[in-house]
Amino acid sequence: MAIERGDIELAGVCKSFDGVTNVVDGVNLKIADGAYCCFIGPSGCGKTTILRMIAGHEDPSAGEIVIGGQNVVGLAPVQRRTAMMFQSYALFPHLTVRDNIAFALRVRGMSRGDRLRAADAMIEKVRLTSFADRLPAQLSGGQQQRVALARAAITEPRVLLLDEPLSALDEQLRVQMRQELRRMQRELGITFIHVTHTQLEAIALADLVVVMEHGKIKQAGAARDVYAHPHDRYVAEFMGGQNVLSGRVEKVNGASFTLAQAASDGIEVPLQARAKVSIGDQVDIAVRRDDIALVRPGQALPEGCATSLPSRVLAIEYQGYFVKVMLDTVPDDEFVAYVPERTFFADPLTVGDVVMATWATCSARPLAQRSVAQREF
Amino acid sequence: MSAVTADMRDTIAPPSTKAIAPSKGNRPWTFYALATLFALYVLALYGPMICIYILSFQDIRGGLVFPMKGQSLHWFVDLFTQVRTGDVKGSFDRSIKLAVIVTIITVVISFLAGLGFRKRFWGDGVVFYMMIGSLVAPGLVLGLGTGLLFQALGLNASWYTSALGAQLSWTLPFGVLVMFAVMSRYNRAWDEAAYDLGASRWQTIWLVIVPVLAPGIVAVALFGFTLSYDEFARSLQTAGSLNTLPLEIWSMTLNVTSPSLYALGTVTTIISFIVIGASLGSIVLIQKRRGRAAEG
Repeated sequence: MAIERGDIELAGVCKSFDGVTNVVDGVNLKIADGAYCCFIGPSGCGKTTILRMIAGHEDPSAGEIVIGGQNVVGLAPVQRRTAMMFQSYALFPHLTVRDNIAFALRVRGMSRGDRLRAADAMIEKVRLTSFADRLPAQLSGGQQQRVALARAAITEPRVLLLDEPLSALDEQLRVQMRQELRRMQRELGITFIHVTHTQLEAIALADLVVVMEHGKIKQAGAARDVYAHPHDRYVAEFMGGQNVLSGRVEKVNGASFTLAQAASDGIEVPLQARAKVSIGDQVDIAVRRDDIALVRPGQALPEGCATSLPSRVLAIEYQGYFVKVMLDTVPDDEFVAYVPERTFFADPLTVGDVVMATWATCSARPLAQRSVAQREF
Repeated sequence: MSAVTADMRDTIAPPSTKAIAPSKGNRPWTFYALATLFALYVLALYGPMICIYILSFQDIRGGLVFPMKGQSLHWFVDLFTQVRTGDVKGSFDRSIKLAVIVTIITVVISFLAGLGFRKRFWGDGVVFYMMIGSLVAPGLVLGLGTGLLFQALGLNASWYTSALGAQLSWTLPFGVLVMFAVMSRYNRAWDEAAYDLGASRWQTIWLVIVPVLAPGIVAVALFGFTLSYDEFARSLQTAGSLNTLPLEIWSMTLNVTSPSLYALGTVTTIISFIVIGASLGSIVLIQKRRGRAAEG
């Protein structure tokens, strides 16, 4: 019970179930004490396995898991001072809300009076007082989730691990419970690690977003970093909100380079300090979908826009405060413009219209090339 | 076992029929056809037994066939006082004891097998089919073999050794199959949650697995008890010199020619119903207790 801090360090963590393929492949990551960290990635990317290894439900095949300065590999969850909230909540069906929450205290041998008092205090914290005598089956999804949260929190963990905690809820409740999770995290002041496959959930909640693919971390950083400055094509496409274009470098001149395009003059991209680009390289670049402006052919381009790509409108989706316009700008890839609603309806487009897709040169960002080795985090 | 299923149907049916009750009046002709069929089925199921029960309540002039001669409890008294009817009390005693032992062993082993078979292991298929194999083996042959084996080994056959083993070959596969069905609804995440909250393996078994599976465990116990209490074929060659109740009844049919045989049938049926009632009652009680606020 020496662990008092909830900072976590994963060092070279690998996990293989069959001895052949690594489900988790050499993961290095530092999570600060009291941070809200979201692991995100498609199913099978190893995010849940990492969570279960931190929780003590799986042992890593290689590497170290350090919590509060202590290597916890081989320790039981209670010794790690972690607690897990399971995907389907895994509430004990034969116990009432109060007994479910008091379970951890019961197995520690705390007297009945003491543990029920402690459980009732926790029940009040998650606002379930009038449901204390119900069975899990008699609760709604949101209530069950609060019971699961309370049952995990009563062990006074330093780290709370949540396995897709919102996936069983409907959309409205999900948004509501999202705030509740964040509130609980602030109140408890402990580290939360949350696994999800929903981008919105991750960037809405997390201090630290960790994007994964095939057992490796693709990018780890603040929500805004990951969303606005994706490291490579995979992160840009997975997090959404970006158009990714690729091409061969045609010209490099000081502060920018030009990407060759079959159908147009070429795309000018500002050169970042660290990036090394030479003529002939195959490069991916990203432009945010809300940075794209659509101009009818023949009209003047907005200031700062050097590149314009002729496009045909493929589809239009009204999204409320913006309109999603899908274009055939790039032959094989998706290219989408998020046009503010008022701007769009000042001169509405229809499917089949030809427009020029343009953006301020400074909003284009080169992405890491796929051949480049994985950056260390 | 027909009595069990019939009983379960009675207890389960009413709420559902209430919920889907159609408007009275215009019922299609198929309803009456099926109702008649069902009535005939029930009659065929219970008719023969009811004949026995009725005839057991005759007075001293009573015979083995209809018509009924008077009404009294004479043959019940006769059953427990007369020596000539056979060793009813002793065999009843042995049968109950044997059934209790069989029940305990069946419940414990089925439960452990259920836990074991949650994971795949080397040779699990072979173990499973070997077990099912003993279900399809003819009971008389199996009993005969057991008797022969005991003889060959120089052991005395008796109800608490060879008959116990022969009966277990019958009740265990049933118990394990029921347990598998019960276990399939057990969520492994409950084990993990218990471990996560600091429970030892032992605490997980006693505080989570057993209470969650309790209704299923009662069902296994019920199977074990009734299968053993009724068992005839496997016990015939293995019970040794002292009879179990079904064997005693069988030998009585050969040499007792009074309605006390029927009285015995009535008494054993009542006992069966008590056991079944107690089992189903305890399942209902467990479920009720879960409905109320109760510290498990």
